[in-house]
Order: sequence, then C-alpha cells, then structure tokens
Amino acid sequence: MTTLVTLHMSPTLSAKVKQWLRMLLQEVAIPLLGIGCFLLVWAIAANRIDTSLGKFPGPAAAYEQAHNLWNEYREEKQKEKEFYARQAERNAQHLAEDPNFVAKVRPYTGKPTFPSQVVTSLVTVLSGFALALLVGLPTGIAIGLNRMLNSAFNPVIQIFKPVSPLAWLPLVTLVVSSVYTSENPTFSKSYINSLLTVALCSLWPIVINTAVGVASIPQDWVNVSRVLRLGWFTHVRKLVLPAAVPAIFTGMRLALGVAWMVLIAAEMLAQNPGLGKFVWDEFQNGSTNSLGRIMVAVLAIGLIGFLLDRSMLQLQRWLSWDKASASR
Amino acid sequence: MSSALRSFASRFPSGRRASAALHRLALAGACTLAAVTVLFGVGIARAADDIGPPEKDQLKLGFIKLTDMAPLAIAYEKGYFEDEGLYVTLEAQANWKVVLDGVIEGRLDGAHMLAGQPIAATIGFGTKADIITPFSMDLNGNAVTVSNTVWEAMKKNLKTGADGKPVHPISAAALKPVVEAYAANGKPFNMAMVFPVSTHNYELRYWLAAGGLHPGFYDPAHGETAGQKSAQVLLSVTPPPQMPATLEAGTIYGYCVGEPWNQQAVFKGIGVPVITDDEIWHNNPEKVFGVTAEFARQYPNTTLRLTRALIRAAMWLDANNNANRVEAVKILSQPNYVGADPQVIRNSMTGTFEYEKGDKRSVPDFNVFFRYNATYPYYSDAVWYLTQMRRWGQIGEDKPDSWYDETAKKVYRADLYAKAAKSLIAQGKAKASDFPEFASETGYRPPSKEFIDGIEYDGHKPNAYINSMPIGLKAGQKP
Repeated sequence: MTTLVTLHMSPTLSAKVKQWLRMLLQEVAIPLLGIGCFLLVWAIAANRIDTSLGKFPGPAAAYEQAHNLWNEYREEKQKEKEFYARQAERNAQHLAEDPNFVAKVRPYTGKPTFPSQVVTSLVTVLSGFALALLVGLPTGIAIGLNRMLNSAFNPVIQIFKPVSPLAWLPLVTLVVSSVYTSENPTFSKSYINSLLTVALCSLWPIVINTAVGVASIPQDWVNVSRVLRLGWFTHVRKLVLPAAVPAIFTGMRLALGVAWMVLIAAEMLAQNPGLGKFVWDEFQNGSTNSLGRIMVAVLAIGLIGFLLDRSMLQLQRWLSWDKASASR
Repeated sequence: MSSALRSFASRFPSGRRASAALHRLALAGACTLAAVTVLFGVGIARAADDIGPPEKDQLKLGFIKLTDMAPLAIAYEKGYFEDEGLYVTLEAQANWKVVLDGVIEGRLDGAHMLAGQPIAATIGFGTKADIITPFSMDLNGNAVTVSNTVWEAMKKNLKTGADGKPVHPISAAALKPVVEAYAANGKPFNMAMVFPVSTHNYELRYWLAAGGLHPGFYDPAHGETAGQKSAQVLLSVTPPPQMPATLEAGTIYGYCVGEPWNQQAVFKGIGVPVITDDEIWHNNPEKVFGVTAEFARQYPNTTLRLTRALIRAAMWLDANNNANRVEAVKILSQPNYVGADPQVIRNSMTGTFEYEKGDKRSVPDFNVFFRYNATYPYYSDAVWYLTQMRRWGQIGEDKPDSWYDETAKKVYRADLYAKAAKSLIAQGKAKASDFPEFASETGYRPPSKEFIDGIEYDGHKPNAYINSMPIGLKAGQKP
C-alpha cells in the first residue's frame, strides 16, 4: 500500500510520509501493543491467583468495579439532591411554626464517593507540595549560596531525607491535635496532618536539588556578576535562579512523585479521607468486590501520579531554558 | 365531621377578592389542616418542645466495621437523625483506640464504643477521660474462632451428639490439651481480642478461665500492660476487620471478635467458630454509644435527641421478630458501613450461625438490639466489667462495693436514657411497655447464674463475686 502511494509522490513528500508513519508506529502503535500485552499478562495471571476472597481481579473485574463506582457516585448525587430537598422542607415547616426561626443550610452528610476522594487526595497533595516548595526553595538557595550554611545543614538534611512518612505521621498527628485547636476549624485536622506529612517528606528533594543547582553555577557567570557589581538580590534573580532552574525542576519532579506516594500511605495509616483511605476501607471490608475496587484505585493512583509528573514536565518545558533536561 | 368543620370555618372572616366558591374550598382545606394539627399535631409539637432544638446539629459519629454498629446506620438511613434535626456524618474508624481518642479530642462527637471503654477511661485505665453512655447498643454478637489446625486438634476432645455434630457449648477445657501440647513444644499459644478493655477480652478470658486456662494478668503498676503475666494463652490486640487476615497469616491461632468477622473465617475457609458469647454469658451487654461528659453537659438536647434516634433505630432492628433484618443486612453490606458480603452478614443478623462449615445452627438472639431492654444502660452491666478489670489486674487494688456502684452510675447515664424514652412514649413513637418501668427501676438486673460456669453474679456484691472466681485476683491480691 505504502509503496503504491510513494510511487506517485515526490521524494521529499514520501520521506515525510515515511517519517510520519514511523512516528505513528513508535508513539501510538508500540505503546498500545505494550498496554495490550500487559492486559493479557494481567488477565492470565489474575486467573491463576486464588485468594481467600476469590480470584485476583483481572481487567474485566476492575472494569466492572470502575463502572460500579461510577454508578455509586451517581446514586450519591441523587441522594444529595433529596437530602437538600428534605432539609428545605423541614426548614420551611420550622419557619411556619416559628416565624423567628433562622434556617441554616447544613452540608450533605452522605458518604464520600470515589471521585470525591480523588479530588480530596489531589487537593491535599498539591497543597502539601506547595508548602514544601515555599520552605524548600529559599532554604535550598541559601544553602547553595553559602558554603558554611551548606556544611551546617547538610548532616541534618541527610539524616531526615530517608525518613519514611510512616515515622513522621504519629508525631505530626499528635502535634497537630495539640497545637491546632479551634471551635470551628477552617481546615479539618486530617487535612492538616496529611498536608504536613507530605510537605515533610517532599521537602528534601527540593532543598537538595535546589542547593546543588545553585552551587554549581559556572564560576565565569559569578565572575561576570562580580565585574558588574550586581546587588545580592539581582545576583540571585538574574543569575542564580535561571542557572539553577533545570536542577530545581528535577527536584520538584522528584518531590511531587514522593508527595503522591507519601500521601497515599499517610491516608491509609491515619485514616485521612482520600484514595489511601478508600484502599484501606476496602481491604477491611473484605467483600468479594473489594479486590476489584482496590485494583481500580491502584490504577487511578498510577494514572494520577503519571499525570502529575507530565504536568510538571510541561511546566518545566515552558519555564526552563534548558530544554534538554526536560525531554523525558 | 365535615359539617363541624364547615361551621368551624364559617366563623372565620372571608377574604375580599376571591370568588366565593373558590374561597370556601380553600378555607375548608386550610381548616381541615388546622383541625388535624389541633387533634394530632400539638402533641408532637409539645413533646418535641420538651427537649428543645439541638444545640449542635452537625455531628460526626465514629464506628468500627462490625454488624453491631447497625443502630447508627439505621438511624441515618431511616432518617431518624434528621427527624431530630441532626445532620450526622458517620465515619468508619481504624481501631478502638482511634475511636476513643477521636471522641476525647473532639474529632468525633460520639461513637460506637466497647462497653468497657467509657468505664476504663473514667477510672483512668489507659487514657483518662470522662466518657458517658446514655445508650447501650446491643446484646451478644461475638464469638470465639480458632484456626482449622487448632479445631482439628480440639475436636478429639469433644463429645458428639446424636446428629454427629459436636455438643455445644464447647468448653475451653477442650482447648487445654492443645495449648499444653504447644507449650510442651516450646511454642507460645497466641490468641487475639480487639482491645484491652473490650468485652471480647473479658469474654475470651472468662471462657478460657472457665476451662482451666490462665489468660494472664495485667500489672500496669509494674509496666505489664499487655496482660500476659503468668499466662498460658497469650492474648494480644488486633483490630476487628483484620482478624481473619491475621489468622490466615498464622500470627494467631484464634480470636474473639464481633460479626461478621467470625462468619467470614468460615466463608473464607480459614477458621471455625467454637462458641458464641451468648453461651459464655447469656444476653451480655456488648457495645455502647459514648460521648464525653463535657459534650452531654454542653449539648444536653443534642445528647437526648441522639439517644431518641438510636432508640428508634434499635426498635426498628428488632421490630416484628427481626422482620427488618434482611433490609438491615442490605444496608450494612454497603462499603461505607460494614462492607462485607451480604451472605456473610446475613447469617448472624437473621439468627443463624455457621460453626464448622455446614454446621449451621439457629441462634435467634445472636444479635439483640432492642428486646430484653437491650438498649437500657444497666448499672449492673458496668459493675460486671469493673469486676473483670479487677479480676485480671487492670484495677490494681481492692475497692469497696460502694465504689463500683458510684463508678457505674457516673458512666452509665440511665437518667438520660429514661428522659429520651419518656419523650418518645409521650409522642406515641414508642410504647411504655417497650421499656423498663422507669419509676421503680434500680438499674440493677436480678442476680443471674447464666454463665458458662454457672457462677452467680449479683451486681450489688462485686467483691463477693470477684472472690468466687477460681482463676483470677481475689480480695487483697496483687498480680
């Protein structure tokens, strides 16, 4: 077929078509084949694993549960509507009985659905990551610029970097519950707990990479800055930051990956609302559907992690001058 | 009736612009409504006013994934909370410690608790906090399950009936040779319960001790908080939903837990339930609804309204000889409540219990939510738990009988229950005959011998009861 077409085309055009076809093969067909192979292996393997809750869920079971979760979400939306209708009716009745009654609208009390748990997890991970950035970037720059600070902080950073979120969590929980006390808190304690744990764990890659990026500015550039007698702030803004951007982004990508993994673990352990809690609850339920539902969550976690990483990469492509470092 | 209404209506001045016919129709309708309100509605309004609106109407209540959380789920799903003007969110918790801490620190407004938790918190064993209970959630509902291997070994020591099935109740005496064999091989015999002050801990200990096996003492004064001092069977804590998985992993050889986690062991084919707690102590109190004393003081109307909603839910669960239980099973099997498969929950909830695979027996009172005054917080129940805490060393020194009575009355708030129940009776939502005779009720059940070892329990004489136990601490003894 292709040979037929190429016969009637100019050589440059046919080369272009060839190139396009090769790209199609590499970017679409091969990945699809990879996914297909994976699904096949998954389906065959799943069929051979017997658990006390029945067979390990294969792609079909996972799809079925994804469908169920979607239906549950729709049902819950319907229930929510009815809840507000009942509430309005009750408030109207109260008002009729007592004209001084001040109606309050209370938010829906139903269970969190799968999509709402995904949103909770996303919000938590992004805010924890933002906090880590807020603390980690200035610290990293300061450490990178100053040898003394670097020597002082390095041991501390090296010690805290490998600490698992599960070790931080009890400390964070206790501190938050004793420090963060108010009658009507704006944020729930569980949110603060997860946020701080995520920030504590994703802080280190940001600090380290920023420091390394800042410290490895070519000496020539520093000399130029000296010759031009740039002020400290201008030096940082015009020279240090742009030079360190590729390293900073590497740190941020690492940190976001860590943050997402940490969050799921933290939610699981501390029973904070989100995808981690969903997985744990389903494990505890131990029904015949549980494994399939956990599989849906696993895929969702992977997909979201992938999307987070891709969006970070895209951000890097827009903002960083070093396009080579943002290629994969 | 209609002519009376019309004459009643004619007394009202008529509007100016509406056509006469239309007006009459509207007025008649309005008056019918008014008459109905006068006849039936005022009673409701007045009774509701007796309690007054809830001071706090947005509440978060915690629970553990067990079928006996049913009153909470039913009160939510059937709109009983909303009827009281309460907007309640129910949230599953990881384990009993998380539940207790949640209530103490205010993350939860109230929770499904082990009967021993408010008592232990009040006397300061474990976390010290004033927790009260205005509502007892259920009777019975637990069982002891052992692994398949242990069951095979135990079976040799059991008598079989005419039908070829083991004779029930099974005494722990049948387990004794198995434990001794493990000990001879230098292997510790591990079993699990759900919390140091859980009903399961005391029931399992009672059963083991009644069969001649020592479950070990607590000695918090000397750092022994695991309760394994001089133990033949080592008990440890595992959260209820993880029991089957822990048994399957071989970490423990048996456990005492609520449903559906015994039936799930059968369903998964990993263990065999040997005895229900009803057979250890007939109609024993199980879970309670707990709030802090501070919450009840600060929000009295909310507390009463919660109690009212829960009483109605319990009534629904036991109504018409468990007729609603099938629907309850469907609700409980939702992933946000208990979440286990309906067929696993159905067994115990509808009154059958499967021991060895295929050995299904009828246990109509496996879960009792309302009948036999199940929801009334009897002081004598609290005293029994206190006696067991003393028996196993959780309470380190002797206390006078009067202390047991005072402590029980501090935690078990039968007065709040009575208030809530009376308002339900006044509204016609419950019958007086459904409840104890509040005017004469002392809060102490009559002395009973309905234990597996037949030892009599009289709530008025806790010290004498403690001394009557063959295994366990007696007056003057330290662990």
